[in-house]
Amino acid sequence: MLVLSLDSSSTASVALARDGEVLERFDTTDTRSHAEALAPAVQDLMARTGLTGEDLDGILVGIGPGPFTGLRAGLVSARALGFAWNLPVYGLCSLDAVAHHVVPLALEAGEPEFVVATDARRKELYFRRYRLTGSHDRPEAVPAGEPGVAAPEDLPGMPCYGSGAGLYPDRVPRLAAQGTDVAPSAADLARAAWALTSRGGALSTDTTPLYLRESDARVPGAPKRATS
Amino acid sequence: MNTTEPLVLGIESSCDETGAGIVRGTELLTNTVSSSMEQHVRFGGVIPEIASRAHLEAFVPTVRAALAEAEVSLAEVDAIAVTSGPGLAGALMVGVAAAKALAVATGKPLYAINHLVAHVGVGLLGDGGELPEHLGALLVSGGHTEILAVESITSDVRLLGSTIDDAAGEAYDKVARLLGLAYPGGPAIDAAAVDGDPRAFAFPRGLTAGKYMGSVEKPGPHRYDMSFSGLKTAVARVVETFQAARQPVPVADVAASFQESVVDVISRKTVLACTEHGITTLLMGGGVAANSRLRELVTERCSRHGITVVVPPLSLCTDNGAMVAALGARLVSRGVAPTGIGFTADPGLPVTTVAVPAAS
Ligand SMILES: [Zn+2]
Repeated sequence: MLVLSLDSSSTASVALARDGEVLERFDTTDTRSHAEALAPAVQDLMARTGLTGEDLDGILVGIGPGPFTGLRAGLVSARALGFAWNLPVYGLCSLDAVAHHVVPLALEAGEPEFVVATDARRKELYFRRYRLTGSHDRPEAVPAGEPGVAAPEDLPGMPCYGSGAGLYPDRVPRLAAQGTDVAPSAADLARAAWALTSRGGALSTDTTPLYLRESDARVPGAPKRATS
Repeated sequence: MNTTEPLVLGIESSCDETGAGIVRGTELLTNTVSSSMEQHVRFGGVIPEIASRAHLEAFVPTVRAALAEAEVSLAEVDAIAVTSGPGLAGALMVGVAAAKALAVATGKPLYAINHLVAHVGVGLLGDGGELPEHLGALLVSGGHTEILAVESITSDVRLLGSTIDDAAGEAYDKVARLLGLAYPGGPAIDAAAVDGDPRAFAFPRGLTAGKYMGSVEKPGPHRYDMSFSGLKTAVARVVETFQAARQPVPVADVAASFQESVVDVISRKTVLACTEHGITTLLMGGGVAANSRLRELVTERCSRHGITVVVPPLSLCTDNGAMVAALGARLVSRGVAPTGIGFTADPGLPVTTVAVPAAS
C-alpha cells in the first residue's frame, strides 16, 4: 500500500510510504508556514520519486488535534488531493504518530502506559493516553482514551512524551526521560497507520478535524441599556 | 492550453462564502457558492474561525458541484485561479491551500488573484467581454468599502479611496443590532428605512470636513476616504437617549437617517473621485450594492455628471468564485504568467497587485 501522508497539526510534514516504509519525507521546523510548505513539498516528493497520483493507493492525513489554521491547511490539502486524484483520504489522530515513534523508548523504560502531548497554545496541551501491546519484538502503541486538551498539570499521571511535554517539563505530572521533543510527523503517521492495519485495524475515511475547542465566537451581549 | 477561451476554475474563500466558479473565456458556466452566513446570524457579524471551519467542510463539495453543473472535468480545466487576498487570514488560507493542492495534483497553472479586482472582473462576463474605458469601481460589502480606478484590469488598478475604519456593511450590521434588527444589517435597515424620515436625525458625515477634503489642486489627506465608526457611535447615543427617557426608539427614522448618512458620503465621494479622475463608467460590486437607496443615490448623482452606473446581478456582486475565474481567464488570455504554488495568502494584498507574480 503506497500512501502520501500529510500532517500539519504541529509542524508541517509530508511523506511517501509503502507498507509503512518511508520512501521520502519532508519536514518543516517551524509551526507557522503550513499553507506555504505543503503543496511544494508534495510536488517535490512526487517528482523525486517519479510517482504520480495514479501510483498511489490513498492519502493519509493527521486530523489533529492542533492549532486550527495550520491543521486545516493539511486537511484541505489532503481532501483536495484525494478529490483530484480520485483516491480515498484516511484520517488518523496526529498524536498516534508520536506514540508510534516513542514505542521503543517506552518499552526500554518499562512503561506499559504513557501519555503523548503536543502544544495546544494558550498554556495548554493536547494529549492522549496509550498503552503498549503486541509481542516484545513487535511492540505497538494503541490508544487508551480519547484525545483531550488540558493544562499541563491536569494530564494523566503517567510518563509524558511528545513535544508538548518538553514545553512544560516542570509542570506535567511525570516527564518521560527521553522523547519529549517528538512532534507529529507525516512519516510517523504513515508508520502508525501501517501498524494499525497490520494488526487488523481499519483506517477511517473520516477526516473531521479534532479541534477539541469551540471556535472563539462569543455572542455579543445585548446592547447596553441606559437606565434612569 | 486554450488561451483565447481558456476554461478556468475560480476559487473564493476570503470571507464567509466558499465559491467555485467556472468560466470559458468570457462565458459564465457556473457559479456555485456555499455560504456560512446562517452560522454567523446569532453573533451579528462574521466570526472568522466559524467561517474558516465552514470553508474546510464546503471546499470539495462546492468544487465537485461546480464541475458537475458546468459539465466539465478537472482535467479539462486550463487554469485554476484563487483569491489570495485581501480578506480574513484563516479563511483565505483554506482556499489557497486547497487550490495549491488541486494545482499540484493536476499540473494546472495557478493564479493568485486579488479579491477586490476580481469584483470588477464580473464586468468581463457576458456579451463582448470587454470592460468600458475610463472605468471605476465602487465596492461596498461587510468586509470592504473601496473606490477603484481601473485603467487596465490585468495591469493597472489603483485605489482612490477606502474606509479608514469599519466597512459600510459592518456599520450596517452594528447599527442593525443597536436597533434590534436582523443580521445581515444591510437588507434589514434598507427595509426598515422605507417608512422612515431620512432627515429625522442629523447624523455625522465622516471625513467630509474641509481639512480632510482639501481642494482639487490641494487634496486633503482623506479626499475620497470614508469613515463609519463615528456614525455608529452617534446612532448608539440617539438610541440610548430614547431608552433613558423610556420612550420607544423610532427605528424607521433612525434607520433612514443612518442609511442616508452612509449613502450620502459614499455617493458624494465616489462621484468626486470619478469626475476628478476622468471615470465615465462606474461598476458597483459587493453585497451592499444590493442596497436600494445606495443604488438610487449613486445612480442619480452619477448621471448628473454623465457617469454610467453598472450593477451586475446580485449573485455576482456578493463574493463568488465566478469573478475569480473571470479575472483568471483574462490573465490567461493576456499571456500573464501564472503565480505558481510558492505564494502565501495575504490578508492585506494591495489592489495594485492584480495577480501575485511568480516568485523569482
Ligand atoms: Zn468581496
